Amino acid sequence: MDANASAASNLEGGDAPLLELIGVTKAFPSIVANNDVSLSVFSGEIHAVLGENGAGKSTLMKLIYGVLAPDSGRIRWQGREVVIGAPAQARSLGIGMVFQHFSLLESLTVAENISLTMPGEKPRGLEQRIVEIGGRFGLPIDPRALVHSLSVGQRQRVEIVRCLLQQPRLLIMDEPTSVLPPTGIPALFETIRRLASDGCAILFISHKLEEIRALCQRATVMRGGRVIATVRPAEETNETLARLMIGRDIPTAARRPPRPAAAPALQLRSLDYEPADPFGTTLKNIDLTVKPGEIVGIAGVSGNGQRELAAVLSGEATLPRPLRASLLIAGAPCGDWGADRRRRLGLAFVPEERNGRGAVPEMSLTKNSLLTAHRLDMIRRGMIAFAQVRAYAEACIKDMDVRCSGPSAEARSLSGGNLQKFIIGREIGLKPKILIVSQPTWGVDVGAAAAIRRRIVELRDSGAAVLAISDELEELLEIADRIHVIFRGRLSPTLAREEADGALIGGYMTGGFVAAHDARKAVTA
Amino acid sequence: MIRAPWTIEPRLGGAGRSALIAPLAAMFVTVLVGAAITSSLGVSPFRALYYLYIAPFSTLFNFGEVLLKTAPLLLIAQALAIGFRAKIWNIGAEGQLILGAIGGSLLPIFFNDSDSILMLPGMVALGMACGMLWAAIAAWLRVRFNANEILVTLMLNSIALQLLYYLVSGPLRDSTGYNFPQSVQFPDSAMLPLFITGTRLNASLLVGLAATAFAWFFVERSMIGYKLEVGGAAPNAARYAGFSETQAVWLSLLIGGAAAGLAGVFEVAGPLGQLQRVVSPGYGFSAIIVAFLGGLNPIGILFAALFVAVIFVGGDISQTSAGVPYAVNTVLQGVLLVSYIAARLFVDYRVRLRAPLRFERTQLQWRP
Repeated sequence: MDANASAASNLEGGDAPLLELIGVTKAFPSIVANNDVSLSVFSGEIHAVLGENGAGKSTLMKLIYGVLAPDSGRIRWQGREVVIGAPAQARSLGIGMVFQHFSLLESLTVAENISLTMPGEKPRGLEQRIVEIGGRFGLPIDPRALVHSLSVGQRQRVEIVRCLLQQPRLLIMDEPTSVLPPTGIPALFETIRRLASDGCAILFISHKLEEIRALCQRATVMRGGRVIATVRPAEETNETLARLMIGRDIPTAARRPPRPAAAPALQLRSLDYEPADPFGTTLKNIDLTVKPGEIVGIAGVSGNGQRELAAVLSGEATLPRPLRASLLIAGAPCGDWGADRRRRLGLAFVPEERNGRGAVPEMSLTKNSLLTAHRLDMIRRGMIAFAQVRAYAEACIKDMDVRCSGPSAEARSLSGGNLQKFIIGREIGLKPKILIVSQPTWGVDVGAAAAIRRRIVELRDSGAAVLAISDELEELLEIADRIHVIFRGRLSPTLAREEADGALIGGYMTGGFVAAHDARKAVTA
Repeated sequence: MIRAPWTIEPRLGGAGRSALIAPLAAMFVTVLVGAAITSSLGVSPFRALYYLYIAPFSTLFNFGEVLLKTAPLLLIAQALAIGFRAKIWNIGAEGQLILGAIGGSLLPIFFNDSDSILMLPGMVALGMACGMLWAAIAAWLRVRFNANEILVTLMLNSIALQLLYYLVSGPLRDSTGYNFPQSVQFPDSAMLPLFITGTRLNASLLVGLAATAFAWFFVERSMIGYKLEVGGAAPNAARYAGFSETQAVWLSLLIGGAAAGLAGVFEVAGPLGQLQRVVSPGYGFSAIIVAFLGGLNPIGILFAALFVAVIFVGGDISQTSAGVPYAVNTVLQGVLLVSYIAARLFVDYRVRLRAPLRFERTQLQWRP
């Protein structure tokens, strides 16, 4: 309450802002990313920056954090005009940033990574503090784990802990809740509120309107590189915020009840899987059935085996031949088959990582279409029919409203959300019998996320079996017909859409099902 | 943390336009360094430049020599580039070339009086098979035991050389040749037809050009070439799409082995006319430089092969005409590779000076 009170007094025109941007403009060759943007943040204030992908939020944060330099406009820090030439300089001012895309070196440990941005600190000396701060803020992390073995969610924890260790006066958080379980969000908010009450200002970037309304005192809404409005979120509704943000109402998916067929399209039977990566999660005794015409969701805190499960299902990881019958596609045992053979049975897959896995960063969208769509009559006597490939890429771009310069654009030139739209379009365009999709809307803006979810539901209605793995529970509650929760490599019993409520799933996410599940298995065995 | 006063940032886009800058810069530096080295040995820089870079074009015979050396470089570099794009590093073309020369020599040595028209095709088939066999050792070790193909192919070079020494000193030695470590002279039926009279240039250049056309189609148009490229650019994407890494390893190494083996046959069936202790002035290694200098692009490799061949011939001429040591040749190839790699850094990345830090660390209120 103190925080709110002091911030409120600041807002009434007491102290000077901690950070003030006046008429900042930043243009790139093809787009004006920030156009005459003004923004002020006060000590102790939790300030939201709200906008769709491409609205200019990330560019604005990069200007504040010294990654980019503005073309024009002024930045004031504690009333003094400053030029922030580099992130190190921003950090020395007391500005910390938790990026959405992580800046961690994969081959180093957590502590080593953090020591890189802490002048004069030895990794060994930091370990204790990492554990301590992680414990206090509900961000458990093993300081000696190698970063390459961490999941996306765990990596973000490292980024948050790294910033907190530097005792920032202004903390920029880019979509920080996207990797937390619902049960973890109140703890993070508590952390943020405590930071604010100690005088730290928070710039909170998110597209989750509920969260912004619950947490933030003010929100700056951006659209097309401009500030559209600065509002008090508590006085707004989700609908009014969304309308400000995208300039129109969000389309909601009309939803019909599922009509699953009898024969399962995809089945796991007592699957046990030990990943090659020693830091990976071992999958234990997983039973899962996905029928044509239904969407099954896998919820859970990231790092509980989602990655391993997706790899086993997609064929990127294969099972030893004796265990091939633990995975059935349309009734056929194929656990030992590679991704190519499984795809021939009508399986399509959208992975969690877009660049480097779902797409080749250096290649054009045309060539990236070929990656999985080459089966659609695109190869003649071993030669690529580029006209067809290009047409397919153009269709994906048009269909999913991918913002890019055309099919010749390199995959890496697209924003994460746009590339995801392209990959989803490519996989759905294959007309799969089974679609496995991992983190379908991670980092995708509200409007595009709604479009992606609608397409997934349409695919279900056309008779495909869909398995959606997501860290965002709201998303699964919106699209899935049944939900499982994964916890430490074990899968909970299935919950129908109607019986899945926050409390029950929250309990499952922390392992509440394991004991009961084992007991039931023992009885039936 | 050490803070360098500069940062290195990737340049996005515009790759097509600047693709020529790095190789041209590397060639320019090599020309200058060549002049500097030879003039430091007491040859005037202009004479040095003339011998190294002009003389190779001065007579028909010399130019024929350039093209004669272009052929194996072109053939091998095109094949290696296919593997390099897939990030399969075959450093063993020299050994595969030696095996090809050995395999190609068997028929003319054991059927020395034959004038069959099947002689040359048979030599080509045997030589390519031997080159592929040598590369297959590395491929099998990589696929079966995950043995690093760089080390295996590199070490197989030395083994191939010792095998050659043994064979030309023993089993394949010309028994009437006064104990010289070389085989009998090949019959005419085992020799490549000459191309232009007054030169030693033979049909191998045509094969090199055909390999270039084949490589272009393979890289730009074929699905297999695409799969290899994906495997090199983004291994996780290849795994995601279900492109086999095993296939990529086998294919890359076998293509390299076949091309190097063929180049080996062309050496013994061309300028040498017999199997000797030295069958290659290092074409297998120089082809690696050619592949990179050409930007792993089939068309670029064509010009790169020509340039490296000029260095070979220019080095020869400098040695005979001006007494410059032959080692200059090797040095220049090294300079070429290093300056190309250095130039690539500046083409692909932008070096930006950073503003010095101007602010003291602010005293903070909040402590974790």
